[in-house]
Amino acid sequence: MDERSPGPPTRRLVLFTTAGLGLAAFTRPAAATPAAMDEAIRALVASAMVKPGRVKLELPPIVENGNTVPLTVTVDSPMSETDYVAGIHIFNEKNPQPYVAAFDLGPRAGKAVVSIRIRLADSQQVVAIARLNDGSFWSDSADVVVTLAACAEG
Amino acid sequence: MRALVLAVAAATAAATAAEIGPPDRRSGYDFAGPESRAMQDDDTANPGMLGVLQGETLWATKAGTADRSCAECHGDARTSMKGVAARYPAFERALARPLDLEGRINRCRTEHQGAAPFARESEDLLALTAFVAYQSRGLPITVPGDAELRPFLDLGSELFHRRQGQLNLSCSQCHDDNWGKRLAGAVIPQGHPTGYPVYRLEWQSLGSLQRRLRNCMIGVRAEPYEYGAPEAVALELYLMKRAQGMPLETPAVRP
Amino acid sequence: MARVLINVPAQAKRGEIIEIKTLIAHPMETGYRLGPTGAAIPRDIINRFTCSYNGEEVFRAEFFPAIAANPFIAFFTVATESGQIVFSWTDDHGETQTEIRQITVE
Repeated sequence: MDERSPGPPTRRLVLFTTAGLGLAAFTRPAAATPAAMDEAIRALVASAMVKPGRVKLELPPIVENGNTVPLTVTVDSPMSETDYVAGIHIFNEKNPQPYVAAFDLGPRAGKAVVSIRIRLADSQQVVAIARLNDGSFWSDSADVVVTLAACAEG
Repeated sequence: MRALVLAVAAATAAATAAEIGPPDRRSGYDFAGPESRAMQDDDTANPGMLGVLQGETLWATKAGTADRSCAECHGDARTSMKGVAARYPAFERALARPLDLEGRINRCRTEHQGAAPFARESEDLLALTAFVAYQSRGLPITVPGDAELRPFLDLGSELFHRRQGQLNLSCSQCHDDNWGKRLAGAVIPQGHPTGYPVYRLEWQSLGSLQRRLRNCMIGVRAEPYEYGAPEAVALELYLMKRAQGMPLETPAVRP
Repeated sequence: MARVLINVPAQAKRGEIIEIKTLIAHPMETGYRLGPTGAAIPRDIINRFTCSYNGEEVFRAEFFPAIAANPFIAFFTVATESGQIVFSWTDDHGETQTEIRQITVE
């Protein structure tokens, strides 16, 4: 992510922090989503329940460079006139903003599959939420370890 | 006699013990993750190709007081530039020293187009260099064995093997002796210039080999060489020789 | 006009689900990077991408600063009929770039 400020001391500090965070396997408690991401998700779904399932969020488990991380989200749906994915929303928990992208689809999409490249500031959780035409919400999440590139300008 | 031969053999072995022989040479592609490799493999998804497209336009664009484009002298780059990047840096007779590809392009601009040289690492220079180098994609790196290049190759080799910077490390220590091992989160590649100008994810843009070398030197806390400096070109020449026979991949994608 | 790479089949069978890939050159300045004076470099990103098929919008994306530079997107659409597929990118200044591709559907 570009928001790292230039200068060797900052990079060394971030490197130390990331190394500390990244390599241990961690399980997150049920309600561990940081507030901003939670709020953003609430703004989307209001009081509706978000059910895990039907969505597959693919990200590399260890990211070579947080500046460009390929992401693919697939939703299991016939994409017919009566049963289709109307929207897909991607959130993250540690970037400066919780929003990553939002997509509008419909039966003309044929398949509810989208691939993009995102920026991740730190090791964190990414969440994908699909909104179906019947008003239901489904989700998947992925935990990603972000490492710093070797030998850069800063 | 035998003692002398053994002594010479030992000395030679020590000097070249770390060198990576041709069958063991691996491109940075092999050390990159599957996602980066996939990004490189698809021309319609490789961000470096945006630079190649831009270079293609520049190739046909008139420039300078001579109001001349590259195409007017060189015709179709697909034929005229095929194999060129694979043998650069090349010896420039008029200057009695080798020039890197960027330097050669700028020399064309000043000498033949009457145009100001592109700034080093400018988008235009990177795009044009990428377009030219792309014409050699798939071709083996072929640094000629001419005697006139010898002193520059020797300088490059010396720079590669000498310890430098506050961390007091040589290029060779990482890239000959410890390739394949990890430095913090990243795998150390062998350091072959097979894909330059490269789309480095860290830069989120195309960049030259010399920019990457500057990054390495800053990494060991050494004073980096200026773009186009004799040391930079000599080192580039040595690195190409060290990668002799490996196919060019421009524009490569690397972390 | 930013450089663009578009991968869409020129031909398809009626009802076939085709994959479309697009890549556009843009730095996607996040607004969080600090410049040489220490002040933040202002945000400047492509914030919207749409795909229309013979005039009907079939796909739309909203982008935030977390989208990587040189935004890439791959998605699918049903090849319904021959005609024009129009791609458009809109940035924070409200400027739009449009690219058109023809498709023949048997």
